[in-house]
Amino acid sequence: MFRTALRNLLAHKTRLMMTALAVLLGTAFVSGTLIFSDSVGSAFRNKMSRSLDDVAVSVTEGGGRPGTGKDKPEKLGDRAVETVRALPGVASVRPSVEGVAMIADKHNNPTGGEWGSAGVNYAPGKDGKDSRYPLVKGRAPAAEGEIALDERTAGKTGAKIGGTVRMAVDGPVLEKKLVGIVRTDNPRVSAGGSLAVFDTATAQKLFGKPGEFSELVVSATPGTDKDKLTAEVRKALPATFEAQSGAKLAAEQSKMIDEQTRSIRTTFLVFAGISLFVGVFIIANTFTMLIAQRTREIALLRAVGASRRQVVRSVLAEAGLLGLIASALGLGLGLGVAVLLPELLNANGAHLPDGPLVIKAPAVLSALAVGVVVTVLAAWLPSRKAARIAPVEALSSGDQPPAPRSLVVRNCIGAVLTALGVASLLYTTTFRDRSGLTYAMAGSALTLTGVIVLAPLLSRPFVRLFGKLTARFSGVSGKLAKENALRNPRRTAATASALMIGLTLITGLTVSAVSANEGVGRMGKQDLTADYQVKSSSYLGLAPEVGKKLAAQPGIAAAVPLRMSGFQSDGQPSLAVATDPSSIAKVTYLRVTSGSLADVRGTGAVAVSESYAKKHGLKTGSTLPMEFYDGKRAAPKVVAVHADNDVLGDVLTAPALVDPHQEKVRDDSVLVKAEPGEAAGLREKIKDAFGGNPIIKVESPEDLRRAESGNIDPILNLAYGLLGMAVVIAVLGVVNTLAMSVFERTREIGMLRAIGLARREVKRMVRLESVMIAMFGAVLGVGTGIFVAWAGGHLLRSSFPQYEMVVPWARIAVFLLLALAVGVLAAVWPARRAAKLNMLESIGAQ
Amino acid sequence: MSHAAAFPTTPGAPAGPRGGIAVAARATGLSKVYGQGDTRVTALDAVSVEFRRAEFTAIMGPSGSGKSTLMHCMAGLDTISSGSTRIGDTELGSLNDKSLTRLRRDKIGFVFQAFNLLPTLTALENITLPMDIAGRKPDPAWLDMVVSTVGLSGRLSHRPSQLSGGQQQRVAVARALTAKPEIIFADEPTGNLDSRSGAELLGFLRESVQALQQTIVMVTHDPVAASYADRVVFLADGRIVDEMREPTADAVLDRMKAFDAKGRTS
Repeated sequence: MFRTALRNLLAHKTRLMMTALAVLLGTAFVSGTLIFSDSVGSAFRNKMSRSLDDVAVSVTEGGGRPGTGKDKPEKLGDRAVETVRALPGVASVRPSVEGVAMIADKHNNPTGGEWGSAGVNYAPGKDGKDSRYPLVKGRAPAAEGEIALDERTAGKTGAKIGGTVRMAVDGPVLEKKLVGIVRTDNPRVSAGGSLAVFDTATAQKLFGKPGEFSELVVSATPGTDKDKLTAEVRKALPATFEAQSGAKLAAEQSKMIDEQTRSIRTTFLVFAGISLFVGVFIIANTFTMLIAQRTREIALLRAVGASRRQVVRSVLAEAGLLGLIASALGLGLGLGVAVLLPELLNANGAHLPDGPLVIKAPAVLSALAVGVVVTVLAAWLPSRKAARIAPVEALSSGDQPPAPRSLVVRNCIGAVLTALGVASLLYTTTFRDRSGLTYAMAGSALTLTGVIVLAPLLSRPFVRLFGKLTARFSGVSGKLAKENALRNPRRTAATASALMIGLTLITGLTVSAVSANEGVGRMGKQDLTADYQVKSSSYLGLAPEVGKKLAAQPGIAAAVPLRMSGFQSDGQPSLAVATDPSSIAKVTYLRVTSGSLADVRGTGAVAVSESYAKKHGLKTGSTLPMEFYDGKRAAPKVVAVHADNDVLGDVLTAPALVDPHQEKVRDDSVLVKAEPGEAAGLREKIKDAFGGNPIIKVESPEDLRRAESGNIDPILNLAYGLLGMAVVIAVLGVVNTLAMSVFERTREIGMLRAIGLARREVKRMVRLESVMIAMFGAVLGVGTGIFVAWAGGHLLRSSFPQYEMVVPWARIAVFLLLALAVGVLAAVWPARRAAKLNMLESIGAQ
Repeated sequence: MSHAAAFPTTPGAPAGPRGGIAVAARATGLSKVYGQGDTRVTALDAVSVEFRRAEFTAIMGPSGSGKSTLMHCMAGLDTISSGSTRIGDTELGSLNDKSLTRLRRDKIGFVFQAFNLLPTLTALENITLPMDIAGRKPDPAWLDMVVSTVGLSGRLSHRPSQLSGGQQQRVAVARALTAKPEIIFADEPTGNLDSRSGAELLGFLRESVQALQQTIVMVTHDPVAASYADRVVFLADGRIVDEMREPTADAVLDRMKAFDAKGRTS
């Protein structure tokens, strides 16, 4: 029977081509993802281990640990360096200082972005060189006015050796002389950041830690047990310091990399899974059609003595072989994907490290296994059908297709599934928080499955309706196309379902994303009446001087600094905004419902928002218990309650209350209101006033809204790209169904041509059938997608009150037009084949 | 031809007959050659034949004699190697695929041995299919007459799968008749039918020639089927070897036996 399977496979090469292509694409997706994540992970690990090669022990201050006694804990300074250096087995100690240094590019914007602007010290070893930052050109920085940069950053600033580099940390702009160019393995830099190197004293001064280091990197003499050395370092230093072995650091980083690559891999695999799921429909459809065409052959096999089980096994063996061949080819394509994907991602701003392609056995085996298992599973139902063929059918004339099987059972199951799904989704809408997520997921899955099961039933009215249209405009070819689409509702439905799955997901995502986007747009500083917001491009915030300087600028009516500070109230984290209550009304619309903002003064008064007051049971006159992160407590009085305001948040205080509890007083932003008629051009004036400081970011309310709502598009585009694969596979399915239908209807087409149907009309008939199938899938998908997005949207309401469902009709129309195009495109090849059929051979064909 | 006037031609058809006898289709020096060099096969060798209007002609001959090829070439289903073929006044050799398709649609009716009907359409829809393709409305009176002539009145809304083989072939005949073609070509129309249904179908073909003045050319290898025709043309090795008017089954059978004997001795 295995030989029969092989023969069948070879005999139907062209007819199986589309199916093989569907499996091939799915497995290429899987293997590409696995090989890509293995390769990137190992490249990252190589890079990390190189930068950790010479690290035996790393000593840090032990972040965030509160001082044990009344005394402030010891700083990680020269004393600690000397202590460690004196230990036996220590070859060298590299004291490093790290901070944020924004380097201005040619347009005074930060070259390294918000998170990647690293500033470090040059810590020369015994040979006078810092092995971590080997010099490429020039010399190391040695004085306060000097700086060295990595090659890419230097290029962006446009400065040559001896030239001037403009930079800032969190204060005014500084000018440094570029004295050297260094090479670096610093992961932040290879991820697109910038690196600035200073001499140690300058770095300590710049980063506000005179005499203090961020980390001591200890290297060991050869033959020293690194774990033992770590223990000794730990013993020799105060308990507040943290000493970790290099091996442990490497392990931690490796774990972090694994987690990061795993999340990329999971995302990609989910989409690969969707593609394969779509492929299942195509495979099942193909085998159903092949078995229908082969009824007499199979009946003959049964008549000469093959058992049902042998027939099933033969079909499954054929599927397994097909799956194996297709996934082997898919693996090859996957390799190509793994090679091209990093380049594609890098071209779009990701900075993945270079490295060889890593092909591990699990990646290869799982891709092959997935391909074979999916194909065999998809062919399982059709194989049962083959087993039911009675031997006597070998003798029938075979001229008439068997009467279609009743859909009653299928419709009942579909109706039940859909009803359960819809009910579950409707139940979801009664939730106002995320606890309904399980119902939403189950409901979506049930609804989608139910609609797929019901699709044959639904296809009839849709095709009839659509057929009326086509018959009206395309005459007899439209009518024939309609009849052909109605002929086998299961086949039409399975083909359309493949497309429907992709479109349900695309529509659901689009509706949710666009709605969320609009919600964010509404949320985005709705209450802001200021003309500009001045902010730091780094996460360090702005020095208070910035606000004062702004207030003194001509043309500025008010400059209101907002100072955020976290605290806990009754164990719940909250955020207080300290500002000048007297001028706040100039930059935001604030409605006070009780009390007076003027009373928010000194250390004993706060104003709270209405929703915060409600949540914490506060009103004017009550006391708000606050516990700051330095461990100190305060209990100011609530002197005013105001309507919720998205600029100010929940708790408004005077700076005097929160400033003493901050390590470093920094403003989050400064809101600027221009004098009447002075708003135009103020942005440039502010930039100029700060000497083109790269950390000063001036944004108008429109900029803010645009920036916030712009966040969703790249994610949506990525999702479109990944779901595009599922749609491509669905299109292959349409091509497949049409090609096989044309094959099945060879004699009919021959007869139609003989009695006078022109080639053009034959083509149109196939094309219209294709368009009907595609549109049916698209309409089902769009409908289901919108419904699921509507129901799921209710879950967002609690955390996101501005969320309201918006159906982007323009985009939906584009989807439907694309489906139309898909229909026309998918029909090109089958239609041409149909039109080219030789009439006489066709009429005589069996 | 007195009956030709009573038989309205389709719009745009060439104006009536020329000369004494109206000819519906004519082949002159028609040759059909397949392959080249060693594999060269001459299916038709300079065949000249005429099919007169309102006449029922049967083409007979042993397998491989070229009878089906002759029909295909004359009906515009296949190209010819040399010579000329005409339907009415139209020379087929000068037509491109599009015009040939239109000619088949408007002037020729077909009845094949099997698989004549679209399973998705009802009997009535199958009957009017050529008109639908042409975008014309059938003449309701003519349609009624054709339908009742072939005895399908009660079955018009049935699908082919609900009809017997004989009924299906009658639907095919009705389809061929409804468009009022110049000529109907039937290729072994009774080949798949039992003898009773076959006799019935041949009766209808005979009837449509006599009562409806239709021209029919039928390819068959069954002497009984041929006996329903007005005239039998015998083909052997791609040439017309004999002709018989007012045939009887026995006469045709005898003639065929002579072929066989000759074929065996030669």
